[in-house]
Amino acid sequence: MTAIGKVSLRDTVLQRGQSKERSRLLVFNHTVLLFLTAFAVIPLLVLAFNSVKTNLEIGQNPLGPPINIVAENFPNAWERGNFATTMGNSVIYVVATIAAELVLGGLAAYALARKKPPGSDLLMLYFLVASTIPLWMYIVPLFVQINTLKRVGVDARFLLVLVYVAGSAPLTIFLLRSYMLDLPTELEDAARVDGANEFQVLTRIVLPLTKPGFLTVGLVVGLGVWNEFLLALTFIHDPNQFPVTTSFYKFVDRFDRDWALTSAGAIIIIFPVMVLFLALQRQFIEGLAEGGIKT
Amino acid sequence: MAVYVQTKPTTIAEKLADETWRRKFLRNVLIPWIFICPLLIIHLYVVAIPAVQGVYMSLTDWTGVGMNVNFVGLDNYYELFFEDETFGKALGNNIIWMAFFLTVPFIMALFCAAMLAQVKRGGMLYRSILFIPYVLASVVTTTIWKNLLNPQRGIGAAVDNLLGLEDVFGVAFLGRPDSALMSIAFIDNWHFWGFLMILFLASMQSIPPVLYDAAKIDGANRWDEFRHVTLPGIRPTLLFMYMMVAIWSFLAFDYIFLLTQGGPGGASEVIATQLYKNAFFRFQAGYGAAQGVVISIFAGFIIMIFVTLRRRGWDI
Repeated sequence: MTAIGKVSLRDTVLQRGQSKERSRLLVFNHTVLLFLTAFAVIPLLVLAFNSVKTNLEIGQNPLGPPINIVAENFPNAWERGNFATTMGNSVIYVVATIAAELVLGGLAAYALARKKPPGSDLLMLYFLVASTIPLWMYIVPLFVQINTLKRVGVDARFLLVLVYVAGSAPLTIFLLRSYMLDLPTELEDAARVDGANEFQVLTRIVLPLTKPGFLTVGLVVGLGVWNEFLLALTFIHDPNQFPVTTSFYKFVDRFDRDWALTSAGAIIIIFPVMVLFLALQRQFIEGLAEGGIKT
Repeated sequence: MAVYVQTKPTTIAEKLADETWRRKFLRNVLIPWIFICPLLIIHLYVVAIPAVQGVYMSLTDWTGVGMNVNFVGLDNYYELFFEDETFGKALGNNIIWMAFFLTVPFIMALFCAAMLAQVKRGGMLYRSILFIPYVLASVVTTTIWKNLLNPQRGIGAAVDNLLGLEDVFGVAFLGRPDSALMSIAFIDNWHFWGFLMILFLASMQSIPPVLYDAAKIDGANRWDEFRHVTLPGIRPTLLFMYMMVAIWSFLAFDYIFLLTQGGPGGASEVIATQLYKNAFFRFQAGYGAAQGVVISIFAGFIIMIFVTLRRRGWDI
């Protein structure tokens, strides 16, 4: 985890002066970068184009910009894709997972960073080893376990959140712990001298000072859950509980030829992510670079 | 000077009777463990216990339903490696997948990061745009590219049209056995490589500029700089990602399942898609569990290689 440093724009390699020869060569750099940018963007542009065309127009012009812009694909997709329900479900999965992860992970990381109770080295080793266990090793028995619980009436959505929380637990603990270890202990000691108990030290002193760590974990975990497909496919079978991903999968299957509809549906799914990404670019990129060593 | 002697409690009964000891125990042992327990219990329940059960399950012929479980020893493993030809094919595809992902995205990411590290103005914009595909859901990415690779209405058809050809590029890349796997890898890579690039860029930006100045004084050209300053500078990141990508190659599932379900005729089947079908569609839970254990052994093997190299003094 330490192998990956933080991204700092100010420390760019080109802090040193650029000679004339250098700036001429940068033309080459920009050419390459523009080419790769086009590679990343054009598929998304085509998706956006198709989401505002009629199917008739897509038939004649499947790749180019739209000639007539129509908006009705979006309400149609929203309606037929049952997005009102599934977007709500996905929000629930994301919010519940982030909340549980940050609260439980924060508590555990604090205990491991500061109190180091007997057995904590062993526990860190456990999480280190566990983080290398592939999902495929335990998905079949987990499926059986979860089905047993579902049969006795436990909500499948609750169980899926548990699976998500467990899946990112090692990452959360490592990241939050390392953020907390960077804090000077004097502040906490001062609070204790003033009579604060452990819980107060955590919420009043440690938490505010490690906010960036919590934001990072929240973003990484939240994005992961919003986009997650395999576990939702495996554990959620009631269409009313589908997150957007698995419901969109069935939706695309059903309206295979209706590109206008499926493109609009795809835009609906990525819209919240894009808004959040554009608003918090830096935190997203740095967070995923730092902690995205998963999935 | 007053001498204050505190007798330390020795037996458990004495300890429990001692007020300061109790407070210390509470503060340094009990409360920390109460903080740790919820996440640990969830993790044990979701990961550790099923992982152990998975090993046991792989030694049985359980179908996944009912109570009829017979212990069959290593039969499942024997079948996997010596009888099931489709598994051999899937394993081969995983290795092709790994070969692809250990080269193409690394070359793209290294090249792009090296270009981007030198750009001052607009660097942030490039960085953000190139990263966008990585934040998209697999269901969305696969839908986009399924359309773009459509033989009649996709990019290939457009190229054919432009060049006045017929059915040369406009072919069903995902539907043909010889191109399905590579097409999926291409699509997954479209989504993935930007992430790798960002990691390399971050690593390159932490190389002290002095090293580049020194190289320049020694008369290094841009290639020399890349070869002798940049590459060694990002080596820890590079090797770490080499290990991670090698492991991930054995876990690949989403893109293959979403695009071809392993088809046509098993041409793009990998171990994970096969496992999924065995365990959840074909009532072969024991056999699927064995495949899960095999994937884990491969992952463990890759980790072992890197740990060994590190022990030998490689800076990983």
